[in-house]
Amino acid sequence: MTVSPAVSGSLRNRLVLTLISGAALLAVLLFFAVRNYAAQVAQQGQDNILGASAASILDAAALRDGQLEIDIPYAAFSMLATPSDDRVFYAIFQDGAFISGYDDLQLTQGAADGNPTFEETEMRGERIRQVNAGRTLVGLGRQTEIEVALAQTQDALSETLDQISRNAAFLGLGFFVLTAALSFWVTSATIGQLNKLTTSVTRRGPQDLSPFRKPVPREMAPLVRSLNSLMGRLDQSLSQSEDFIAEAAHRVRTPLATVRSYAEATLQRVERKENREALRAMVRAIDESSRAAGQLLDHAMITFRADHLEREAIDLVALTRELVQRLTPIAEMKDLSLTLAGDPSVTYSGDPILLQNAVRNMVDNALKYAPPDSTVEINVAAKPNAQIKVKDSGPGFPPDEIDMLTRRFERGQNAAGTIGSGLGLTIAQDVATAHGGTLVLTNQPEGGACVILSL
Amino acid sequence: MSSHLTTGRVAAQITLNFNHTNLTSTCHAQRYFPSLMKFLLVEDNLDLADAMCARMRLDGHVVDHAAKLEDATAYAEVEEYDLILLDIMLPDGDGRDFLERHRARDPDTPVIVLTARSQVSDRIGSLDLGADDYVTKPFDHAELEARCRAVLRRKSGIAKSTIEVGGIVFDPVAGHLTVRGDTISLRNRELRMMELFINAPGQVFSKQKLADRLFSYDDNVSDNAIEVYVGRLRKHLENSELKITTLRGLGYRLDHDG
Repeated sequence: MTVSPAVSGSLRNRLVLTLISGAALLAVLLFFAVRNYAAQVAQQGQDNILGASAASILDAAALRDGQLEIDIPYAAFSMLATPSDDRVFYAIFQDGAFISGYDDLQLTQGAADGNPTFEETEMRGERIRQVNAGRTLVGLGRQTEIEVALAQTQDALSETLDQISRNAAFLGLGFFVLTAALSFWVTSATIGQLNKLTTSVTRRGPQDLSPFRKPVPREMAPLVRSLNSLMGRLDQSLSQSEDFIAEAAHRVRTPLATVRSYAEATLQRVERKENREALRAMVRAIDESSRAAGQLLDHAMITFRADHLEREAIDLVALTRELVQRLTPIAEMKDLSLTLAGDPSVTYSGDPILLQNAVRNMVDNALKYAPPDSTVEINVAAKPNAQIKVKDSGPGFPPDEIDMLTRRFERGQNAAGTIGSGLGLTIAQDVATAHGGTLVLTNQPEGGACVILSL
Repeated sequence: MSSHLTTGRVAAQITLNFNHTNLTSTCHAQRYFPSLMKFLLVEDNLDLADAMCARMRLDGHVVDHAAKLEDATAYAEVEEYDLILLDIMLPDGDGRDFLERHRARDPDTPVIVLTARSQVSDRIGSLDLGADDYVTKPFDHAELEARCRAVLRRKSGIAKSTIEVGGIVFDPVAGHLTVRGDTISLRNRELRMMELFINAPGQVFSKQKLADRLFSYDDNVSDNAIEVYVGRLRKHLENSELKITTLRGLGYRLDHDG
């Protein structure tokens, strides 16, 4: 009966996906930012040492008797030592001419007395970092230009960079995992508010159409507001139609009662056989129509309630006892006895109104077909499952029709002459089905019908 | 030829005339027959009220009719009733309000609700509010009477009313018949037949009339069935001064031959 809504995507998935992809993007950005910054810092360090080393070489240069002398200090190379045994190359030039060192190391840029210049280049198939620095020496009226090119391989640097990259990657991954977990949690918490609302809507009984009073987040307030207004309108139209049905029943049943009472009163005074027969037929027709109307309404109500089963713990024995008390006057009118036996108390979780109606129809049926001065036995038992059994000593069910008697408007061959709508056992069957039980019709070996409602 | 008749509620003695023609002081005598009841009918539909009053008066019951809650309250305050029949939908209010007020004032007088609602939903409400029983319109008067009797039997506060005549003690509410010290329980149809006879001594009841009162409209009643019940009553009355006489072609009559 409930129509499933058309589902397009999931709010939860959408939220989680957006948050997680955002987190991934941020993690990647974080990784690159950290690595670049670290690379810059490491390069700066190498450059500083290279610069200092070149400066110390230049410092050691002197003009003696017009001759250039350079005694390269030990520290100039030892300060360049790295754990990865990076190789160091140098070349010294005087006025642009190579005088010492590795002659394949090119002086790429004339560097006068200015700031040293740094560059990245390649030598002997390896990437190197090279510094070029120069100095002007003046002595004995002579001026000469000394330039130093100093280069170092980058093994230690790239090792450091690798390490930093690894750490940055771990950092990024950790950030991603943490953010992802956070986004799951945030999504659950947000969706949880919706779920809470859904649960409280679902948990409501079919009769409960009162507005929601529990506080909800501001963003959900419009939804709850329109839900409340919808339920208000529904409540109004339901109570209107309930009133209408009650009013309609009142309008129909009251005149029927008038006709019936007059017919009964008249019957007491009329002597002629034809008139008496007519009056009796009238009373029977009234009974038939009011019973059919009542059972149709009951059947509709039961179909509605069965869709929204409201279970509560009930004592089937107490329920049946109340019913027996209610039906005893009717049984007595036919000189029938109603007996209730079985367990002292049988607790079952079900809809009391539905169950009472089902048992009522079962007993009504038995009372209709039981012969005078007989007993209709009702037995309520807890084992093997909760069940209510109604036995009479009437003619029993016609064996070849027993399977179709619970169908709507079906009546047995032997029902002619009794008033009924053919809905009684259908109602009992529907109630049994709604509770996940069965209604079994059998004939007792010693005669008489037996109807078992097992739940 | 006279007999004494006592009730628990009103100590009174009246004389019954068993000369087969009439009953002395018809209108007053009715009040003292225990199996006849005094009703307050609260029903706004005048046609239905008329029909019900006509039907119940035929049985000899006394009925006051109130069409509004206001009238009903006024009646209930002044008169004492055996039973109140109450419609729920009334022009000047809900019958359940009357029920509540009535219960507060007089917890003893039973109330049977007349309802037009379906069987399922009406038990919520009226029974909870203290009604003793309910009938759904349109109702069988025999069922209404059976329910009234059952309610009166359940109400312990109501004094037992018995009829003593011709060597028997008849308790229509409990359904007991005592003949020379032996008490038996009458089955329902025997009880109703006994009531008919004892409420109208000397009157002739045709088989048809008896069948109308004893069987419901969907029972197939053979003439033989009435003879069976008459036979049973005769057997119960064997040792008393009462006997049921057959008038060929007319019916049956209760006679006192003490």
